[in-house]
Amino acid sequence: MIRFENVSKTYEGQSKAALLNVNVEIEKGEFVFLVGTSGSGKSTFLRLVLREHRTSKGHIMVAGKDLNRLASWRIPQMRRQIGTVFQDFRLLPNKTVAENVAFALQVIGKPRSHIRKTVPEVLELVGLEGKQDRLPDELSGGEQQRVAIARAFVNRPMILIADEPTGNLDPATSEGIMKLLDRINRTGTTVVMATHDVSIVNQMRKRVIELENGHVVRDESRGVYGYQH
Amino acid sequence: MRLNYILSDLGIGLKRNLSMTIAVVVTIWVSLSLFGSALLAREQVELMKGNWYDKIQISVFMCTKDSGGRGCSGAEVTAEQKNRIRQVIESNPDTAPDGVFGESKKEAFTQFKKLYKDSPIVSTVTEDQMQESFRVKLRDPQRYQNLVSAVAGLPGVDTVQDLRQYLDPLFKALEGLQFGAYIAAALLLIAALMQISNTIRLAAYARRREIGIMRLVGASNFYIQLPFLLEAVLAALIGAAFACGTLWLGVYFVVMRRAQETFRVWEWVGATETFRATLIMVVVGLVLAVVPTFLTTRKYLKV
Repeated sequence: MIRFENVSKTYEGQSKAALLNVNVEIEKGEFVFLVGTSGSGKSTFLRLVLREHRTSKGHIMVAGKDLNRLASWRIPQMRRQIGTVFQDFRLLPNKTVAENVAFALQVIGKPRSHIRKTVPEVLELVGLEGKQDRLPDELSGGEQQRVAIARAFVNRPMILIADEPTGNLDPATSEGIMKLLDRINRTGTTVVMATHDVSIVNQMRKRVIELENGHVVRDESRGVYGYQH
Repeated sequence: MRLNYILSDLGIGLKRNLSMTIAVVVTIWVSLSLFGSALLAREQVELMKGNWYDKIQISVFMCTKDSGGRGCSGAEVTAEQKNRIRQVIESNPDTAPDGVFGESKKEAFTQFKKLYKDSPIVSTVTEDQMQESFRVKLRDPQRYQNLVSAVAGLPGVDTVQDLRQYLDPLFKALEGLQFGAYIAAALLLIAALMQISNTIRLAAYARRREIGIMRLVGASNFYIQLPFLLEAVLAALIGAAFACGTLWLGVYFVVMRRAQETFRVWEWVGATETFRATLIMVVVGLVLAVVPTFLTTRKYLKV
């Protein structure tokens, strides 16, 4: 589903590479944790998958397509296959829960009937039934993240990318979010999650890819967070 | 594509940037009005030059029984006199080869009726009162003195007019006005361009969250650009509409109601020319809105 072939990325104006010679293959339906200290290259990894940047060297294949060869006008089409969740939720404050989720479908031109049917379904899936008319700041952090996940998942993407989705949440809430991500993963969606959360990684026992200074230093199929510091 | 979503977005965008939008509308209004006036001034010069100006330089008017010129004796010019005059003109070394055109009373009357078409004068004038003339093209328009003195005073010649002597200062003034209007319009259009790109930058900043999410969930570039484009096009169209209205009012009050009544000697710009000018203005207004919008949104909404 996602394949990195000798990928290096150096940002403009910087001498040090953010990623160096990364070779990773993530299969369809996998759940992968991306761990490592700040600045180890996790975010660069995720941005490259989203084609927010181009690689400096090497190729990235997403769903069989070489991102380097993708014309820029096809990038939006490619992104519709990928759902994205962030630490800071990124909800629109003046839209209700349902409107925030519906927005993702409206702007890619889905018909109204489809939106009316899909949005309540996905809100139920993430456990927000009955809260569709609330505004984001009337919700707890965990609930806001559920809205963000609903928005990322409402178009049934093949891949879900989560960049520290539990970074702002307390452990109990984080566990709920992880259960939700696990449930989404069980529908066949590939999940790639960058995290610092040791206990979550250790609990879930999923594949762990560890990055350090832009290198992959560990890739275990049922790993733990790693050396405790 | 969701039309109602786009339209509500457009409304929000216009309200948010109301003062900037008004500034854009006013700038486009004034600049396009000037631009349209310059277009009309050019049309006016073309009309004044008319059928003759580019072809001939000197008009030799011949006597009617009412004319009091030096060569007239209170009688119509005779066919013999006409032949003689023609011979003198044709044999003059400054006359261009095949450069003599005769205008009969009938042709003069047709032209007169065209110029005075809605005036009561037409009904009081008859074809017989028109002056016959020879229109002469020179080899070198600057060397007219020789021919003028050779022809003036010949029997049957009423007056000799050097057309350019009368019209050139007028054309110079009109062309100056036109040039000034173009320059002013160009400067204002540049100001409008910058205002539009500035407005878009502000709007893109105000909507950066929405735009960020749109990019993330895979909204097409065109879909992201569309509200900005519609905003700019709407502002340009409103400005262009005001400018067209201004031009029509100007033509109606200044040309149709005043100038045309007072100076009937030549044709004036009318509905056809104004319509043509307004079409060009609308197109320029649209280009003005669309081009900077595409350029600026490309810069600020990069995928």
